[in-house]
Amino acid sequence: MSAVLTAAADEGAAAVSEGVWHAAWRRFKGDRVGLGSMVVVLAFVLLIAAAAAGLVARDWQDEVGVPNAPPTLLGARAAAAGDGGIESPQGPDVDLSDIDPLAPRYREWEERARQYRTQEQPKRETLPFGGDRLGRDVLAKAIKGTEISVFVGVAAALGATFIGTMLGALAGFFGGRVGDLLEWVYNVFESIPNILLIFAFAAVVGRGVEGVVVILTFTGWTGMYRQVRAEFIKHSTREYVRSAEAIGASAASRMFRHILPNVSHVILVRMSLLAVGFIKAEVILSYLGLGVRVDQVSWGTMLAEAQNELILGYWWQLATATLFMAVFVTAFSLATDALRDALDPKLKGLA
Amino acid sequence: MAAYLVRRLWQMIPTLAGVVLLVFFLFKAFGGDPAEVLGGLNASPEQVDAIREQLGLNEPVWVQLWIFVKQVVGFDWGRSWATNEAVSQLFATRLPATLTVMLPILVLDTLVALPIAMAVAHRRGSLTDRAVMVITTVALSVSFLVYIIVGQYVFAFQLGWFPVQGWSEHVGTNLLVYAPLPVLLAVMVGIAPQTRLYRSFFLDELGQDYVRTARAKGMTEGVVLFRHVLRNALIPILANVGLQLPGIFVGSFLIEVFFSIPGLGREVLLAVNRSDFPVIQAVTVYLAMLTMVINLATDLAFRLADPRVVLK
Repeated sequence: MSAVLTAAADEGAAAVSEGVWHAAWRRFKGDRVGLGSMVVVLAFVLLIAAAAAGLVARDWQDEVGVPNAPPTLLGARAAAAGDGGIESPQGPDVDLSDIDPLAPRYREWEERARQYRTQEQPKRETLPFGGDRLGRDVLAKAIKGTEISVFVGVAAALGATFIGTMLGALAGFFGGRVGDLLEWVYNVFESIPNILLIFAFAAVVGRGVEGVVVILTFTGWTGMYRQVRAEFIKHSTREYVRSAEAIGASAASRMFRHILPNVSHVILVRMSLLAVGFIKAEVILSYLGLGVRVDQVSWGTMLAEAQNELILGYWWQLATATLFMAVFVTAFSLATDALRDALDPKLKGLA
Repeated sequence: MAAYLVRRLWQMIPTLAGVVLLVFFLFKAFGGDPAEVLGGLNASPEQVDAIREQLGLNEPVWVQLWIFVKQVVGFDWGRSWATNEAVSQLFATRLPATLTVMLPILVLDTLVALPIAMAVAHRRGSLTDRAVMVITTVALSVSFLVYIIVGQYVFAFQLGWFPVQGWSEHVGTNLLVYAPLPVLLAVMVGIAPQTRLYRSFFLDELGQDYVRTARAKGMTEGVVLFRHVLRNALIPILANVGLQLPGIFVGSFLIEVFFSIPGLGREVLLAVNRSDFPVIQAVTVYLAMLTMVINLATDLAFRLADPRVVLK
């Protein structure tokens, strides 16, 4: 995000008048909360990139700790009475080799067993953020879950933005029959309560990460459509667009080379808002079993497991997933607010 | 007024037709074969064929669409594939539970968020305002799920103030015993976004000229706020409540799932998991209808509340 803005700022600096991106970056730099949030978001992006590349949390499925291992800070759980397995018998050893029918073969088996090397996997008593029911590292799960949850949110936001922008541009630019048709489609999607639309799509689309992205993409584009359409209606009669028409610019060129860059800041802000909404939606869908599959992990599946663990007093998975989600979503929301304030100073402090 | 009403009702027809088409083709194109869903895993090919024949799936698409339209118009959806319960019966028995929970949530949400929003808008830019905004941002970033999981654990399981979950036959018992915890949690979660939204409405009004005039006339701040600003800000607030109204019929399915409330939202979710297409289709089409009617009613209510509104 900031890389794009910096590049735009460099170009703008050479121009005579200050470009919209340059001005926005200048305002954004002055917003300390926004900058701080952006740094947090960038840190998360690095973490996600590392997880996607397999540098961290690749073996999140390994059962490295004892089941429900507590966080390191709390220290190892005191061994409960009766937890130590079978007590070893007291009293002197009795030699049974004369009546044990298997006795002659013990030596042979030992020889054969020696050919294989078994490794006792030491299960750790504590893990940095605790372990889950199977002893998997909660920290690794949370990192991998961040990757999936954020990927779903961003991918669906990109998809919904694409559909909404395309249809909104067509409807706003051409109006007339095309506009009426698209308005009709919009009204149809709007008249169904959002959650029912999601359920209806979930009933027919398969499960898994791709499924969630498809569902959210096709149910979430309407707000973007509405806004882009309004912007295109406003811009299509402006003088610069008419000038472009006068010198023979095609409709497509006017739409996407002239108008689109001028409304792109609106689209960017709306897309960030969509991403936040979709990340939350993915969590709920995954919790309900309509989201990612069991061999994957997301914040939603972590919360689903955490519900049962909480009753037993194992609160760390819930806390970790919540912490990761809260930090990321708060930073992302604040950065989006700052971005909107920077791009559209008139709105500052309103919402 | 009458002409407006007729025109609005007339405009609903194409939208409704679109909803019917969308639902029909969504399930037709991507929904898999209903006969195989119905037949189950052990059905022989002959049985699947027989079911297909029975459902009319061998007819051409437009005949099937006609059957679907007849179902919509005649309010006859047959029976649920999973439980063999008539779909209309399902609506009638599940809706009361949903409304028992959702109506108090909607009312309390609005009544609690309103004074907070007015207070923070009045003190715009102050420490209180900023603190409330930061708290709502953080509160909003935590999933609704977490609030329910923790709330149910703390208030019901640990403290024992409420039953963990359950539902009874009597409305009174439900309202007094089983509904309070879900309602409390939903209101707690709903307040943050509601406060932010209403704050922006109040800020819009506070910046208007009439507010400055009222203050210049020497009116007390209380009169300015309650007689002038509140009345004007109520219009977008009521519009927002109107927008939320259709949602109360689906209910907060998460709450219903968590607290085992036999409501419509939980039923739809069950239907999704069981591939129970008739139930999902019926709920979707009828709630779309209901949404349109409620939107129309909201618009009419505005005309009554605010003479400046012109219906066109």
